[in-house]
Amino acid sequence: MKGVIKMVMKTENPDSENNHIISALVEHKPGVLQRVAGLFTRRGFNIDSITVGESEIQGIARMTIIAQGDEKVLEQVTKQLNKLLDVIKVRDLEVENTVKRELCLIKVHAPTEKVRSEIIQYANIFRGSIIDVSNEALTIEITGDSDKINALTDLLKGFGIKELARTGPTAMSRGGKTI
Amino acid sequence: MKGGQALIKSLIDKGADTVFGYPGGQLLPLYDMIYDSDLKHILVRHEQCAAHAADGYARASGKVGVCIATSGPGATNLVTGIATAYMDSSPVLSIAGQVPTHLIGNDAFQEVDMIGITMPITKHNFQVTDANDIPAIVNSSFEIALSGRPGPIVIDLPKDIQEQELEEYRNESVEIPGYKPTKKGHGLQIKRAAKTIIKSKKPVILAGGGVISAGASKELKKLSKLINAPVTTTLLGKSSFPEDSPVSMGMLGMHGRKVANLSVDECDCLIALGCRFSDRTTGKIDEFAPNAIIIHIDVDPAEIGKNVDVDVPIVGDAKIVLQSLIKMLEKDSAPINTLKWIEHIKEFNKSCIPRISFENDLPLKPQQVMKELAQALDEETIMTTDVGQNQMWMAHFYNTQKPRTFISSGGLGTMGFGFPAAMGAKVAMPENDVVAVCGDGGFLMVCQDLATVKEYDIPVVVCVLDNRYLGMVAQWQKLFYDERMSHTHLGEVPDFVKLAESFGVRAERVEKVGDTEKALKDALKSGEPTLIDIIIDPEEILPMVPPGCGLTEIVGEYKIEREIPGEIHYKQTKNTHEGGD
Repeated sequence: MKGVIKMVMKTENPDSENNHIISALVEHKPGVLQRVAGLFTRRGFNIDSITVGESEIQGIARMTIIAQGDEKVLEQVTKQLNKLLDVIKVRDLEVENTVKRELCLIKVHAPTEKVRSEIIQYANIFRGSIIDVSNEALTIEITGDSDKINALTDLLKGFGIKELARTGPTAMSRGGKTI
Repeated sequence: MKGGQALIKSLIDKGADTVFGYPGGQLLPLYDMIYDSDLKHILVRHEQCAAHAADGYARASGKVGVCIATSGPGATNLVTGIATAYMDSSPVLSIAGQVPTHLIGNDAFQEVDMIGITMPITKHNFQVTDANDIPAIVNSSFEIALSGRPGPIVIDLPKDIQEQELEEYRNESVEIPGYKPTKKGHGLQIKRAAKTIIKSKKPVILAGGGVISAGASKELKKLSKLINAPVTTTLLGKSSFPEDSPVSMGMLGMHGRKVANLSVDECDCLIALGCRFSDRTTGKIDEFAPNAIIIHIDVDPAEIGKNVDVDVPIVGDAKIVLQSLIKMLEKDSAPINTLKWIEHIKEFNKSCIPRISFENDLPLKPQQVMKELAQALDEETIMTTDVGQNQMWMAHFYNTQKPRTFISSGGLGTMGFGFPAAMGAKVAMPENDVVAVCGDGGFLMVCQDLATVKEYDIPVVVCVLDNRYLGMVAQWQKLFYDERMSHTHLGEVPDFVKLAESFGVRAERVEKVGDTEKALKDALKSGEPTLIDIIIDPEEILPMVPPGCGLTEIVGEYKIEREIPGEIHYKQTKNTHEGGD
């Protein structure tokens, strides 16, 4: 799917050398996400997800991009990102030396008391929490790496998932290192 | 002071003596303020010409060229010009009107998302949301446009901001922490480059547009002499090195000279300066310079390793890096192994000088026209070209000697570029003669701006190479599409002489040998804008490397000025390619 940004969250293969976690500090102002996303489309780079939010520095946002590609592609991605004036710093994080987390909200069909308690048990096993409950549905919040979230959603499929919202992973280097 | 006035003041303070523009509804406040200002404004007849003129101005002078257009269609008409400047790294500042801030996003009359549209074709763009930011935005635009790898900037200026009162005019720049272009090359890499060069027996220098924008022609000459390396250039690098020199091999690539293409194939060290290895320059990438260690010096790190795998990468300004490299080479006392090579190239070069004399042929051969151009013009003359055969003939047959005297749309290949670019170049460099060489197809796309050169008395000379064909496309149809000439014949209209005369522009038709030279001399003597309609042979084809082929696979025969039979035994060019892609 060259040239198309796939905003679909899919399971990344952690063994693949072609998986990259790019962490970038960018100016926190309008249009920056468009510049970055547009760059990926235009240059035909594939990305799995982008997350963006405030960083520790005021006026600067941190962007986490999960992308696929060989070394050559990655080098171009990094260089082209660096060329954008709104991008301050770009690093390719080492997969094995990085903590990566994703947040997911799952609304599950839960019409009876029995089903609800069953779902709550599953949520507890995955250290998820119930953040909303009604007569027809339960909403679970879960945080973790992508595999953990996939495992829970697979389990819950049997009950009927009414809605699912994943943020896409955000990441940071382990230890005292910063980008 | 109002926003519009702040813009005008900032432009003038930054040295923008002339702007090319076209007013419109959302620019009424700004134009009302221009009316009272010292800003010299040239009213073009189509916004695209404003952008190309600003581009020509920038490329001829090395300064920022400025153009202005109103919101919506005015702004989108700039887009081709901005993309042209982007592909060729030209510092053009475009100011686009915009609907008032409270209407943005409402699909208001003549509203277009200029920021979104120009994001992929600008180095950076700004939308002004507070008039107090204007001086800083203009200052930064000039800095960004000119520094590092130059490039175009867009400022989107809403109508209400033009009228907003500034609290205070603060002459400052926007702080951009994400922008720090590398100028000085990495010392160790330069050392590695020097070592590689010293070891090499057959070095070749490939000079690109970066040599011109960095002002590194002097250093280029010095390096070539120091290491006995012949010089070839990309299209945009043309004029960075004097082409009358016996070690100049002219342009490389799809329409390159034989000596350049074959020498790059043979060289053992390729020193690439300020170029980006476009597919038109390299031919088939796997077969490009197969025997060479490649040293690539470029100010844009993203260009290094993008198209060609590089052995010695150096990020930096061509001039500064060359100075360090030359210093290092001069210190080294290792014996030079390149004398044999340079003597060989000089001889080979002589055997490849293209024939430009066709005094017995009618209709006129384009080569003969180039010869007469060279006879009529001096080396200070700034030449601009359109795109297509006219451009390649100029690149191939017309020798330039001084930097910034050859201006052409290389990357984007924009038809209609030559004439407005010449207009801009003439405004920037009034002391130089400026001649545009256009095809009849390209010129007709921008002919309305004859009105501009007439009204403002901008004495450019436009040579229309008139063969009634979209020549380059026709050439490909002949070579690769069984001569099925689909929609490339332009028919019999217009009469270019009458067309020019209807604008009050001097015009002349040339059909005979010797008349081009005379017409040009008369035109320059007249001091008036002039159009010369030169009727040329539609059958003439320039030899070329078919797309997807290596640089040595040349189709068509080069017509050579002087044959030296038996002296040079060189690799035969293959002539077997069929079909193109």
